[in-house]
Amino acid sequence: MLNNSMKVEFSAITENERFARGVAAAFVVGLDPTVDELSEIKTAISEAVTNAIIHGYEGRGGKILMEGVIYDGCVEFSVSDEGVGISDIRRAREPLYTGKPEDERSGMGFTIMETFMDSLDVESERGGGTRVTMTKKIGRVSP
Amino acid sequence: MEMTIMGKYQTLVIRPDSELDQHAAEKIRVGADKLLRKTGLKNVAFDMRRVRFMDSSGIGVIMGRYRTVCAIGGNVAVFGMSPYVERLISMSGIREIVIIAERLQDALEEVAGIC
Ligand SMILES: Nc1ncnc2c1ncn2[C@@H]1O[C@H](COP(=O)(O)OP(=O)(O)OP(=O)(O)O)[C@@H](O)[C@H]1O
Ligand SMILES: [Mg+2]
Repeated sequence: MLNNSMKVEFSAITENERFARGVAAAFVVGLDPTVDELSEIKTAISEAVTNAIIHGYEGRGGKILMEGVIYDGCVEFSVSDEGVGISDIRRAREPLYTGKPEDERSGMGFTIMETFMDSLDVESERGGGTRVTMTKKIGRVSP
Repeated sequence: MEMTIMGKYQTLVIRPDSELDQHAAEKIRVGADKLLRKTGLKNVAFDMRRVRFMDSSGIGVIMGRYRTVCAIGGNVAVFGMSPYVERLISMSGIREIVIIAERLQDALEEVAGIC
């Protein structure tokens, strides 16, 4: 079975959201994902990257690292920033919670990542950046 | 993104491009609020027929327009969604505050209260 890995670093600007989900989608095509699986992966990546840009770096820019690993028909992605970090991860992951209610945020990002991927792990420390790791099994019915 | 003024229905129709992410949402936000202020229109209808990709920023921009026009007694409609966009909209709960329609004409009549 195909095993693979990749790593890409890019500037924390909203122009790169599309780039990041394009890379993620291209990385998994070898696993023969369905159209729905591809949409789910692109959306989850977009959520993590947007969070790094607007929350992690608060729009001031920085570097985002996206890594991907494929093993046993599973894909694991991680998105890391060196931004402000999250002090209360449990609260941040609650549906509808947003740290920026004055902006137009629905507080759905983490919930979407959780729903669309099989697992979601958030490592973060106030002032120490954030790393979000997500896994998904592709092609459930294949042997 | 394109915006059309439908004077008869007091409605601004917003047609986002295929990828409705934070980058696109910010442009819609700025453009739409400027036009709403300038024209005094009360309602907004989102034409989603071109949207192939959307994330929570898309939900946020719809929610935000709802807040803007709700304050002046207007309505927001969303129409022409793909099943994928509809799934995201359903997850968010904005179904309870905005009008969901299939076609432009239904959306216009519903936001303007002509049905
Ligand atoms: N990379 C990050 N760095 C710092 N804080 C973060 C990061 N990611 C998320 N957060 C915090 O967690 C909260 C919840 O994130 P989530 O993506 O669920 O919602 P949101 O971004 O506020 O709204 P939405 O994603 O619906 O636009 C954010 O409001 C922010 O306070
Ligand atoms: Mg978010």
